[in-house]
Amino acid sequence: MSAGTYTPRPGAAPVGRMIAAQALFETKMLLRNGEQLLLTVVIPSLLLVLFSTVDIVDTGDGRPVDFLAPGVLALAVMSTAFTGQAIATGFERRYGVLKRLAASPLPRWALMTAKTLAVLVTEVLQIALLTAIALGLGWSPQGGPLPVLLLIVLGTAAFSGLGLLMAGTLKAEATLAAANLVFLLLLVGGGVVVPLDKFPDAARGLLELLPISALSGGLRDVLQDGAAMPWAELGILALWAAAGLGAAAKLFRWE
Amino acid sequence: MKNESVVQVRGLVKRYGSKTAVDGLDLDVRAGTVTAVLGPNGAGKTTTVETCEGYRRPDAGTVRVLGLDPVADAARLRPRIGVMLQSGGVYSGARAEEMLRHMAKLHADPLDVDALIERLGLGSCGRTTYRRLSGGQQQRLALAMAVVGRPELVFLDEPTAGLDPQARRSTWDLVRELRADGVSTVLTTHFMDEAEELADDVAIVDAGKVVAQGSPEELCRGGAENTLRFTGRPGLDMGSLLKALPDGTAAAELTPGAYRISGTVDPQLLATVTSWCAQHGVMPDGISVERHSLEDVFLGLTGKELRA
Repeated sequence: MSAGTYTPRPGAAPVGRMIAAQALFETKMLLRNGEQLLLTVVIPSLLLVLFSTVDIVDTGDGRPVDFLAPGVLALAVMSTAFTGQAIATGFERRYGVLKRLAASPLPRWALMTAKTLAVLVTEVLQIALLTAIALGLGWSPQGGPLPVLLLIVLGTAAFSGLGLLMAGTLKAEATLAAANLVFLLLLVGGGVVVPLDKFPDAARGLLELLPISALSGGLRDVLQDGAAMPWAELGILALWAAAGLGAAAKLFRWE
Repeated sequence: MKNESVVQVRGLVKRYGSKTAVDGLDLDVRAGTVTAVLGPNGAGKTTTVETCEGYRRPDAGTVRVLGLDPVADAARLRPRIGVMLQSGGVYSGARAEEMLRHMAKLHADPLDVDALIERLGLGSCGRTTYRRLSGGQQQRLALAMAVVGRPELVFLDEPTAGLDPQARRSTWDLVRELRADGVSTVLTTHFMDEAEELADDVAIVDAGKVVAQGSPEELCRGGAENTLRFTGRPGLDMGSLLKALPDGTAAAELTPGAYRISGTVDPQLLATVTSWCAQHGVMPDGISVERHSLEDVFLGLTGKELRA
């Protein structure tokens, strides 16, 4: 390189371009990670196919796929916004990525915006794939797109808040273990593939307050039963979102 | 330009719990120069640099970088500085080249990424993910990330730790090229030779304070006396020799025929001694000059080995 190569010409790129670049980069990192793909794509797809075609759990009246598809969509949202994001962010914190980016021209709010966009892009890909599989299995969704969109957006906000709270306060290894454990517990107890009415009444009342139950239940109200707007579930998700994002904003440690 | 301060630290104090990492530290970095912050592990080097980078808030004292407060004015300062952390800073699944390209995209007018990769010898590992890079390759990638945005000022935290000699030289050359193009550099190191080779100014840090600051030459001259030794016939008149030498110089016959002169040993003094010998018909055999290295200076100031 010749003289003058390094002559200072500092400056941040336009913030829109930074966010787009960061979102693209984060999405690439998410999709490249094999373990993440297992959680976000392979497990939801397998559950959908397996439980729709093999009579393992009694899913009530109607075809199993009509019950399962909304639950698996809820699981997909949780796997990306909560589990995947918690693990990835936990290790980014541990490996100094968040620290290094903090010294770059990218503002923190822009980094968080980019992370959210990366989660949404991943969810769109997941939902497209799972919808195609479900339709192939004979799924006939009811209801309109607006309540579904609202549920997914609020669900994403709720799970992102909880995932970032975990990633920003626990050690990376603890986040890895806890995020996977929570994924498994909520998969079983959150109305994803097992109807909540299989649980005793006392437990059921509590389980219905979980964000995964609100998301799977709300999606089912719309997509299976054609409800116009599942207000109760939207309210639960909004409360979780406010609590999770609020706590994460207060407690997140960048290093 | 050269006299303008790009980093100005006054009375910096930083504590972690009951431990005081930095204890009233002052530091000045002149524009367009390379300043080495030299000290043993735990001296407070990284804390000082990270305070300048805006990562830590001083418990007392003031820090100005390019005239800005690194915490309050972070948004304005960060596009103008380049940062190389002591370790990490890269997504473990990212390839070296794509990480560097991504960093470049966050800047308005970045360097040519291909040329930078070539310059730092990262071409062979451009498609290797970060976690599979060798320690030296990770260091060079971090260095590339620090300079890719064409900063005015770069902070390099132990830039050559873990590098082989060839890679170290290459890093040193890059720092010199940065200086030649007007970039100011602050680097921390616990390598004496690195400070001597590269730095215009050296700040020796021990236990959270700067114990000496100056050019390597000034520090070596001022830190302690230097020594000139020679042998000749026994019983030379030291009084006569001393008259020829500047004030503050000492001369002694240690054992018969072995002479030692202590003081500021410079070319003038050497010439005076040899011409005195010539006048007195003495052949000064085995004449030798022992100048103090930064290592001796450091030892004298702190009573510690650098790499203890």
